Amino acid sequence: MSLLHVENLRVRFPTDHGEVEVVKGLTFDLGRERLGIVGESGSGKSMTGRALMGLIAPPGRVTADRLEFDGIDLRNLPESGLRRLRGARMSMVMQDPKFSLNPVIRIGEQIGEALQFHRSMNARARKQAVLEVLEAVRINEPERVYRLFPHEVSGGMGQRVMIAMMVVLQPDLMIADEPTSALDVSVRATVLEILDDLVRRRGMGLILISHDLDMVARWCDRILVMYAGRVVEECAAEKLHEATHPYTRGLLASVPQLNETRRRLPVLDRAAIGAGT
Amino acid sequence: MAQAARMFGPLATRAAPLVWFIVIILMTFLGLLAITFVIGRVVPIDPVLAVVGDRAPRATYEAARLAMGLDDPLVVQFFRYVGDVVQGNLGRSVSTGRPVAEDLARVFPATLEMATLGIIIGVTIGVPMGVIAAARQGSWIDQIIRVLALAGYAIPAFWLGLVGLVIFYAHFRLVGGPGRINIFMDGMVPVRTGLLLVDSLIAGDMRAFRSAFSHIILPGTILGFFSLAYIARMTRSFMLEQLGQEYITTARVKGAPERVIIWRHAFRPIRVQLITVIGLSYAGLLEGSVMIETVFSWPGIGNYLTTALLNADMNAVLGATLVIGAVFITINKGSDLLYRLLDPRARA
Repeated sequence: MSLLHVENLRVRFPTDHGEVEVVKGLTFDLGRERLGIVGESGSGKSMTGRALMGLIAPPGRVTADRLEFDGIDLRNLPESGLRRLRGARMSMVMQDPKFSLNPVIRIGEQIGEALQFHRSMNARARKQAVLEVLEAVRINEPERVYRLFPHEVSGGMGQRVMIAMMVVLQPDLMIADEPTSALDVSVRATVLEILDDLVRRRGMGLILISHDLDMVARWCDRILVMYAGRVVEECAAEKLHEATHPYTRGLLASVPQLNETRRRLPVLDRAAIGAGT
Repeated sequence: MAQAARMFGPLATRAAPLVWFIVIILMTFLGLLAITFVIGRVVPIDPVLAVVGDRAPRATYEAARLAMGLDDPLVVQFFRYVGDVVQGNLGRSVSTGRPVAEDLARVFPATLEMATLGIIIGVTIGVPMGVIAAARQGSWIDQIIRVLALAGYAIPAFWLGLVGLVIFYAHFRLVGGPGRINIFMDGMVPVRTGLLLVDSLIAGDMRAFRSAFSHIILPGTILGFFSLAYIARMTRSFMLEQLGQEYITTARVKGAPERVIIWRHAFRPIRVQLITVIGLSYAGLLEGSVMIETVFSWPGIGNYLTTALLNADMNAVLGATLVIGAVFITINKGSDLLYRLLDPRARA
């Protein structure tokens, strides 16, 4: 059964030079699967994630022919309805825990907040649930980390805290917007493994937004390639190397291989891409 | 012994920053004294002449100079000055004829009382206004703040004071006129703290309290208006900066209600910045608003300092400067302490 129906999603922002459309008619379906959205900076992939969460603030405008989450029409949902969904049924992990965690609130309290907003439970049960979710993201001393402030933990641990915060209520949909871009290469795999494990075990739908083709191909079932606000390619992850669109081909060609010697890496031929869309 | 070390070890590590803190405060005070001392030496006012008068014979002048220790090395003079200040001896005021310390003990509470009322008004109204204006950018309350901030800059304090007196005192008779209290009650309230509102309450004299209140409310409100305009504007810009932060989006993603986003996620981080702003604003008010004190014949430190300056009354000027410097140091160090309490990042 399909979790998310998106038809002709558009996101626009007014500027001094008229309206700019950053997402230009996106259409896709998402089941309880792992969907990767890849594209370069400015391709509209992050804006897509934020639009799905209802986080585009005026003067930005979001329109769609269809925007349904588990049968709920998100287009005309009032803020209070969105608030009930956010955190509880759909959530989002952002790029850099240094900025996405509140610096003056203890980690335990920040995770517990999600429970506070959506469930009526006493303080002790809430703390218990927080400790459990910290353990689920493989934090060894949950009791200690519970009392820490965000600046007292490393980036990798911060991102695991962020993931804990977003899965504590067992949402159906998780959007991960560049979840590892700000992390050290050495901890990226661990964080993705934890995320992947939680998503599969709890049967969530995952949208993994990234600019990293290899990463998306490795951790997702299906891939959308976005370019200039549009989807230019949609394929199964294992078929990525068979991609036909010139932009995808161009991206793939510019990934260096370990066992090769090339004088120069090819760059994108933007004129050819323009012709293809 | 080992046990004692184990017991006092953590205590010592916790006490060390406190000891350091106190040492720094003492050093700052010493610096302040050095500055007032130097000012006292470089101004072209002869302290001996001020005592003996300009018609005294040469011999008398020299004797006075020796008696005042002015031929000692400067270092000796400085430490004598420090010793005097520590003992509360600030010299005698030429214009009032009383010890400066006694004068200051009388005028400073008058300013303290008015400044405190002003800052209370500024904080209790200014902070919520700034927060709401940031949360509802472009709303009517946001527009009001813009106008208030402009008015706070543009309107001179003495003009507002005079207009206030004309309207609320002369025309409507709603408030008391110049001075701290009705002249028939002046000096009737036994002095305990020097704050008339408090002293009259301690004495249980409600008539005096009402009179003192009706005298302080107008100048206090005017000071409050200026600090409100400043505090509201700063609060607004701090909050706007916070509301653009990524962790505000995180809170939204968690499904936080707007009230929680504003007061917990955005307001908590700005408390430290606000303390600085409020502290500076309070220190500015405690310096004594010469304009307001003059218009309202308020016997405060601003008035005292101005009079002393005009009479070349150096002991009084240095004494008042010392008090103002001490107020700044106290407020500064007080906000430092509050920082540590409120910002986990400053605790390290």
